[in-house]
Amino acid sequence: MPSFFQARPLAALTLALVCAAAQAASPAANDPHRGGTLRLLAGSGAGTIDPQVNYTLQFANLFQSVYDGLLAFKKAPGTAAFTIVPDLAEAIPQPENGGKRYVFKLRSGIQFSNGRPLTAEDVAASFRRIFKVSSPTSGTFYNRIVGAPACIKTPATCTLAGGVVADVKAGTVTFNLLEADSEFFDKIAFPHASILPADTPAKDVGVAPVPGTGPYQIASYDPKKLLKLTRNPHFRLWSADAQPDGYADVIDYSFGLSDEDQTTAIANGQADWKFDPVPADRLPEVSQKYPQQLHISPLTAMYYIAMNTRLAPFDNPKVRQAVNLAIDRNALVKIYGGSRLATPTCQVLPPGIAGHEPYCPWTKNPGKTWTAPDLERARQLVKASGTAGMKVLVNSNDVAVEKQIGIYLQSVLKDLGYDATVKAISSNIQFNYIQNTQNQVQISVTTWFQDYPAPADFLNVLFSCASFRAGSDSSINISGLCDQGLEADLQRALATGITDPKAAAAQWAAIDRKVTDVAPVAVMFNPKRLDFVSKRLGNYTFGAQFYFIYALAWVK
Amino acid sequence: MTHLVGGPAATPAYAPGLWRPVLRRLRADRGALAAAVLLLAIVALCLAAPLYAARIAQTDPFRSNISGQITVNGAARAVIEDNAEGLGLGQTPIGPTGAASYLLGADSQGRDVAARLLYGGRASLLIATVATLLCMGLGGALGVVAGYFGGVVDAVLSRLLDVLWAFPVYLLAISLSIVAVGSGLHLGPLVIDSGNPLLPAFIIGLVGVPYVARPVRAQVQALRRSDFVLAAIGIGVPTPRILLVDVLPNVSSTLLVLVPLLMAINMLTESALSFLSIGVQAPAASWGTIIQDGLALLYTRPLVALAPGLAIMLTVLSLNLLGEALRDALDPRLAGRRS
Repeated sequence: MPSFFQARPLAALTLALVCAAAQAASPAANDPHRGGTLRLLAGSGAGTIDPQVNYTLQFANLFQSVYDGLLAFKKAPGTAAFTIVPDLAEAIPQPENGGKRYVFKLRSGIQFSNGRPLTAEDVAASFRRIFKVSSPTSGTFYNRIVGAPACIKTPATCTLAGGVVADVKAGTVTFNLLEADSEFFDKIAFPHASILPADTPAKDVGVAPVPGTGPYQIASYDPKKLLKLTRNPHFRLWSADAQPDGYADVIDYSFGLSDEDQTTAIANGQADWKFDPVPADRLPEVSQKYPQQLHISPLTAMYYIAMNTRLAPFDNPKVRQAVNLAIDRNALVKIYGGSRLATPTCQVLPPGIAGHEPYCPWTKNPGKTWTAPDLERARQLVKASGTAGMKVLVNSNDVAVEKQIGIYLQSVLKDLGYDATVKAISSNIQFNYIQNTQNQVQISVTTWFQDYPAPADFLNVLFSCASFRAGSDSSINISGLCDQGLEADLQRALATGITDPKAAAAQWAAIDRKVTDVAPVAVMFNPKRLDFVSKRLGNYTFGAQFYFIYALAWVK
Repeated sequence: MTHLVGGPAATPAYAPGLWRPVLRRLRADRGALAAAVLLLAIVALCLAAPLYAARIAQTDPFRSNISGQITVNGAARAVIEDNAEGLGLGQTPIGPTGAASYLLGADSQGRDVAARLLYGGRASLLIATVATLLCMGLGGALGVVAGYFGGVVDAVLSRLLDVLWAFPVYLLAISLSIVAVGSGLHLGPLVIDSGNPLLPAFIIGLVGVPYVARPVRAQVQALRRSDFVLAAIGIGVPTPRILLVDVLPNVSSTLLVLVPLLMAINMLTESALSFLSIGVQAPAASWGTIIQDGLALLYTRPLVALAPGLAIMLTVLSLNLLGEALRDALDPRLAGRRS
């Protein structure tokens, strides 16, 4: 991938050409496919609909057509969706002051769904709000903005003075950074940097919809039943690449059905798309009966087991290594649906992310890839740790795959000599539950899907000290690892990435190996996305960034 | 006048030897006999679960075996088989093999369903039995005390029972289970861990107490006014003795009839709680948890859910038939007609 500073002029030209082509992707008012109700399903809501707090893939996928940032990931199929395009900003700005200053010029005439015009003050207020609501990524994504350290320390009084400067008259917003950041544009395009009205309450809004600028607005949200999107009456198309208009007039996102029932509903034509994976026992059926309605797409993601490095027995590295050695990753791939849908892995960085170099020490024959579990070595490590017999509670959510993984993991822990039990809790709350240290979660089954295609998004976000917050629901460093040596490596790789991406990739590869060796987590497999859609759904588009682009799908 | 003539043992409502006609009537009831035989067979099979798992099936029903292989009719087969049709997605647990190993097939974790079914029966029957004993003991005691003493004692106990009674049984059981399943039960010296099967037994027994206490209380209230009890009080027989010798034997038939009926109800309640993952905890097996496991396999391996459902049905049916037969056998109005 070219250096960030070198690629810009080329990127701008490419952008212009692609923009022209992509305009056709957005439905015109008289398009025969325009209209109807798109019916989406999920087992449960994914928690808060605050775009600056919610950190789930489910709602990141939802927010892409409700909110906008200064920049956006392009609404395009495949890895073209990794391309960053201007959204609320007229253009991607040139870096100034050695990459520490960016001036964004806002497009004019954009309104929020409540009719209020978007101004530069809304942008500044939105970035201050990221800290005020203690957004999960405030400490990792936005900590390089001038004033951010003070905001991280005392969020309630965050001013970001000198960091984000709004000029309402000129319609510009200036960002001043403490140091250059090669991933700055990725972070600006991420949903946590969505631009909200300046008067949005400085706390998690929970289920109360916040006005946005996208083609859809959240009309209502009941986390147990339904989230309804309707057209934003004040939306006008300014960039089909960044924010295409939607085909469906209404989007009903229903919750409460089990993944079995969701699959049946799609098969019966009662719904159009489901967020949750097709349960394993239905895969043969859908594979046979509905092959035309199935779409398999590669993902830069991982299913992993987070082990709390601050709670016994997982505060002992030998125990964490033992878990890594003992789990049969082929069995876990089977639980997920088989080798066409998942690939076993030991390491954090998935294929497709810069810095990925195959590495697996946690297998019978350590080398590049995983081959088989080594239960014997695992048992020896447990014996050496002196922790056998301890009580261990495995925490998973109640979605079929994760629940089965939880049960399997419990069986493995029992094989290792622990008094293991498993608790499956609602997927609506589990992700935040396992982050909060007050819940004393020893070991949990969870997933990580890239925020954006960069190694830092895996290694820095999940394992840096800044991502750990005791007693907070937003502590994405679930394992609680805070190693100063690793921290220095992370900062070094981030800095190198600004000027030398190739060297940075090698550093990220070394960090990947180091984290894999320290084993705060046991990575199980890299999944692929299987979407099962209704027969009537047309123009299915899968973007590698936020997956199913529902705005581009039609039902008429 | 019983205590003035012949001593305290002369007043039970059933004369010594009256159980013989009851047993005779039960033996003559073919439905009851069949139910008893069926129940005994189920209990015996469930008790033999460790033997079955170790010697016949040769599997560990609590250990995941997703990557395992077995030999069926001389051919090696994966316990969880890859799907070869269509887009080749998904796996299916092996179905009934008809062999000793995986007789009824495997579940999603590759565990032997038949072995788990037997172990599940042990857990379900144990929990139902303990819950019933708790119910009978506590409910019986409360009913006797409330009915005998009356007054403030009756008022307080009856109001407590009313509070319990006011909640639908399942709702109360579910609410208590959700609270207890996470951290266990801590009631003074009584500590029950969250994974302990005694926990659902305790909860189910507790919520069933009013269903025993109330009919017993009503019966004891009537007995309290009977001549022989009044006479015993009159001559100064100690209250505990009156309760044990005069009152309790006369409510024993009520309690006896309730036993199989309560067992059936408690078994259903346990299955429901375990199905909802708030009773018996994975990977321990009970018929309810196995049905829950089978939910994910309804389309491919329906037997995983059907087998425990059938087991519950047969057990509850036999208990209900026994309960009815016992009620008929103990009914004095029927006794005259029959003899």
